[in-house]
Amino acid sequence: MAEITFKIFRYKPGVIDSPRYDTFKVDVEDYMTVLDVLEKLRLDDPTLTYRHSCHHGSCGTCGMLVNGKEVLACVTNVMELGTPVVTVEPLKNAPLISDLVVDMVPFFEKYGPVEMPLIRESEYLPEGKPSEEVGTYTRLESCLECGLCLSACPMVATDPDYMGPAALAAAARVVQEPRGQDAPAILKMVDNEQGCWRCHSAMECSEVCPNDVDPGGMIMYLRQKLISRKLKGHY
Amino acid sequence: MLAEEYKRPEPLWPKKRLGEWFSIAKKGAGGWAFLLHRLTGILLVLYLFLHFYVLSTLSRGANAYDNLTVLMESPFLLLLELGLVAVIVYHGLNGIRLMLLTLNVGVKQQKEMFWVVMAITILTTIIAALFMF
Ligand code: HEM
Ligand code: SF4
Ligand code: SF4
Ligand code: FES
Repeated sequence: MAEITFKIFRYKPGVIDSPRYDTFKVDVEDYMTVLDVLEKLRLDDPTLTYRHSCHHGSCGTCGMLVNGKEVLACVTNVMELGTPVVTVEPLKNAPLISDLVVDMVPFFEKYGPVEMPLIRESEYLPEGKPSEEVGTYTRLESCLECGLCLSACPMVATDPDYMGPAALAAAARVVQEPRGQDAPAILKMVDNEQGCWRCHSAMECSEVCPNDVDPGGMIMYLRQKLISRKLKGHY
Repeated sequence: MLAEEYKRPEPLWPKKRLGEWFSIAKKGAGGWAFLLHRLTGILLVLYLFLHFYVLSTLSRGANAYDNLTVLMESPFLLLLELGLVAVIVYHGLNGIRLMLLTLNVGVKQQKEMFWVVMAITILTTIIAALFMF
């Protein structure tokens, strides 16, 4: 156990109108995650707001910046951070609603149109054979829709209309294994400057993705697909 | 309060933040590669204009140009020139790395590729320094 100082971003329209940081000293047990600490603090200050549901890294609702890095608060152990002061802030590049809560609607507006089918043949079934494009099964539908990647991406920061890494990764997934979706239409959808060509390969999205979706790599896959189609069209 | 009565507060929309390009809160090697590529790209464009200016002195006769080249011997300008070598080598090599990535080549090795780019850049700069000083 150790005493850790938490610097927590606060903003609440009508209550805390100019954003500020509140400081809390918390006795942290070895097992405690950032989400545990927030819940402990909330007992004393019920106005502290944050999102969460599952507590085990599968719903993707508790994304936030901890010491400047995008993480899921529920699976981020405080002691393992190794810093005496822990800074907690809301995700970037999304409209801020209150304290650590950002509006996810713009994210889903980008993610939805790709219409990635969620039903899949299980990779564990003996008859489940990966499509030729996939080669071997890797868990790509692992996207938790947490939005961490959009927060980390320097391009989303300056182009609000950029589809962003998560939606592009979903698009790539549909192209790899359409399961009834119209793959050529999806390729067309991403083939523009707000689609897979906006990315500048900073790979920050893949760096922060909590579930190995590797959105950056998926964007490179889309580009390769588009380039080879264009070359084939020419020759 | 009924759900219908609840009026959702207007969210605080983030401004477009150019600062994110140059922020040093990078999460990985790829982020640093991006930052350096952008900086060196901008420096190269600025240098291009400087280069045009230096060459344009030729139109004012051999003397004007020669006077400038004498200036170039100063240790400070030599140091800047050494910086230019690093900038060119980095931008060119990382440019190749970026083009490979776009072709979906070596995406899994993108960090290692960045370290190779950095190593060659540093090595070339050291060799250039040995020649220049
Ligand atoms: C050695 C040859 C060069 C190669 C291989 C190269 C390669 C590249 C590539 C692949 C990009 C795209 C980067 C991205 O997607 O983020 C780029 C961007 C850029 N390059 Fe070059 N380049 C070279 C020389 C130059 C020169 C001579 C200049 C200046 C006159 C220059 C200025 C720029 C600028 C301003 C950008 C935009 C930076 C950005 O988007 O981050 N480059 N370069
Ligand atoms: S791609 Fe990764 S970081 Fe992005 S929303 Fe999906 S799980 Fe989150
Ligand atoms: S690889 Fe592309 S999408 Fe991912 S963070 Fe970088 S610019 Fe954004
Ligand atoms: S609470 Fe579900 S992922 Fe963190």
